[in-house]
Amino acid sequence: MNFLNLLKIAYRALLRNKTRALLTMLGVIIGIASVIAMVSIGQSSSKSINDQISSMGTNLIMVMRSWQRQGGVNVGSGNVQTMTARDVDAIRENCRHISMVSPVVNASGQIVFGVNNWPGNIRGGNAEYMAINKFEVTSGTNFTEDDVRNSAKVCLIGATVVNNIFPDGENPVGKIIRFGKIPLKVIGVLKGKGQNQMGQDQDDVVIAPYTTVQKRVLAINYLHMIMASATSEQVAMEATAEVESAMRIYHRQGATDDFQVRTQQEMLNMMNSVTGFLTALLAAIASISLVVGGIGIMNIMYVTVTERTREIGLRMAIGAKNRDILRQFLFESTILSLIGGVIGIFLGLALSYVASWILSWPFMVSGTSISVSFLVCAATGVFFGWYPARRAASLDPINALRYE
Amino acid sequence: MKSIIQVERLRRDFKVGSEVVRALKGISFAINEGEFTSIMGASGSGKSTLLNILGCLDAPTSGEYYIDGVAVSALSVNDLSVIRNRKIGFVFQSYNLLARTSALENVELPLLYNHTVSGRERRERAEHALEQVGLQNRRGHTPNQLSGGQQQRVAIARALVNDPVIVLADEATGNLDTRTSYEIMSLFQELNAKGKTIAFVTHELDIANFTSRTVCLRDGHIVKDEPARPLSAKAALEALPPGDDI
Repeated sequence: MNFLNLLKIAYRALLRNKTRALLTMLGVIIGIASVIAMVSIGQSSSKSINDQISSMGTNLIMVMRSWQRQGGVNVGSGNVQTMTARDVDAIRENCRHISMVSPVVNASGQIVFGVNNWPGNIRGGNAEYMAINKFEVTSGTNFTEDDVRNSAKVCLIGATVVNNIFPDGENPVGKIIRFGKIPLKVIGVLKGKGQNQMGQDQDDVVIAPYTTVQKRVLAINYLHMIMASATSEQVAMEATAEVESAMRIYHRQGATDDFQVRTQQEMLNMMNSVTGFLTALLAAIASISLVVGGIGIMNIMYVTVTERTREIGLRMAIGAKNRDILRQFLFESTILSLIGGVIGIFLGLALSYVASWILSWPFMVSGTSISVSFLVCAATGVFFGWYPARRAASLDPINALRYE
Repeated sequence: MKSIIQVERLRRDFKVGSEVVRALKGISFAINEGEFTSIMGASGSGKSTLLNILGCLDAPTSGEYYIDGVAVSALSVNDLSVIRNRKIGFVFQSYNLLARTSALENVELPLLYNHTVSGRERRERAEHALEQVGLQNRRGHTPNQLSGGQQQRVAIARALVNDPVIVLADEATGNLDTRTSYEIMSLFQELNAKGKTIAFVTHELDIANFTSRTVCLRDGHIVKDEPARPLSAKAALEALPPGDDI
């Protein structure tokens, strides 16, 4: 018996019991829809977390000072004064996968304007510092390389600082504030970034050229940190290795490095493993309902076989082979579960679309989960249809014809 | 004359628990091409067992069975399916039509299991078979839209569609009233007149009277096998008091 005839027979048999077919499909529909929705929602949440981390600079690479021993005494990292601007140049010249690099020096002190003051931090960087840290200037401008060269007394201030020292809503741009004893001209205001994933307020900040902070505030000639930006997230690992070897140009070879290179990628990897696990868990729970749906199909196929015993007997009497009967019922269960699967896929996509819209997450469709669901449906149909079909095919035509 | 069916020393034993029931105790006979044979017997006489074996649904315990020259005992289960599909037409007491399926599709059914028949040919042959039973205007009707007699005609059309060497009817009039029974017998007589070989199992003598040969079974033996002059079913139909069961 050819494929088309089988398809026709199975299709007609299903049409004869539309409501029942639909209800049976419902199990598979719900199963597949929940798998698709769960995977999609999981991926959306993972994407949204990814985006959040990226917004803080995933391709961010930090070179920190490492602890040192002097004569057997661990003196910590605070006293390491070996990191200087020439390391920044070394990174800039030798690393292919680094797009931007900035020296960083930090100082804390009191920020004063008129009668208002606020305890704050000043960060020194070069003109690329803003871009590396994804800071944006809402009003005014960033400082320039000239300002860096001249140790210009200019700064940019974050929203928290603005709120505290300009409580009356004055425009801070052009005003001269004091950081400790140093007068600095505000040349720009930073766009708010909110808290980072550690809960730190990223807007409580004053940014100035690093030379200004080095010479005028701290009177030092070393750096606290170097921040760099990899050309993309994908090459973060290579970039890290490059930075490490560039750093070693001016630092002691062989012995323990007096610096360490950290990336946001580590953080991202951790988050991804968590969301990946959650997605897998959700999918596993959802697939239980798919199994339940499959059992529903099996149940109905058993009922169908019993109900159509005489039909099976007749078909055998007029020349159907055992394998024709087996295939007929396998086809029925497979068609049932495939149609259910297709409806389920669309329902699942709709659900995850609505969910991502409500949660304002990016809507993620995974081609893999769709194709896997489809295959699982076909497998469900064959697997759960097998025993009922086997039973139908093994009926004795004489008894089947007499069945009441 | 060519013999369509030939059985020799046919035995069929059933094991029921520890007992052995001998349903057929070594019977031999032949049905020739063009014969209209009725197989009669009370219940338990072995006529259903014989019919199942003749229909290749069951295998004898011993003995030989040839249908259209083919030795059935040697065939596999799949080959038996092919024999049923190509050489035998079944008509059952309870019609066994597929519900919610049109008359035409019911008639097409045996040809669906014959891959040598194309879709177009299947349809043409099914329409022709419906014409032969006088239901060409009912091809789209489903069984529940047809009377009992019409349903049995569809079943007869289904038995004819594969152009079998023999039509096996099992109490084909058992579910019908007298008038409709006579109509069906009249149809069988017409088909027989056109050359169809028919074996008709029944326990009703007045139905057996319409056939040209009667084989009587009792307790697994043939007790009577003689040709008869068949009554005309058409004449019997006309002799019925008019309008008594319309």
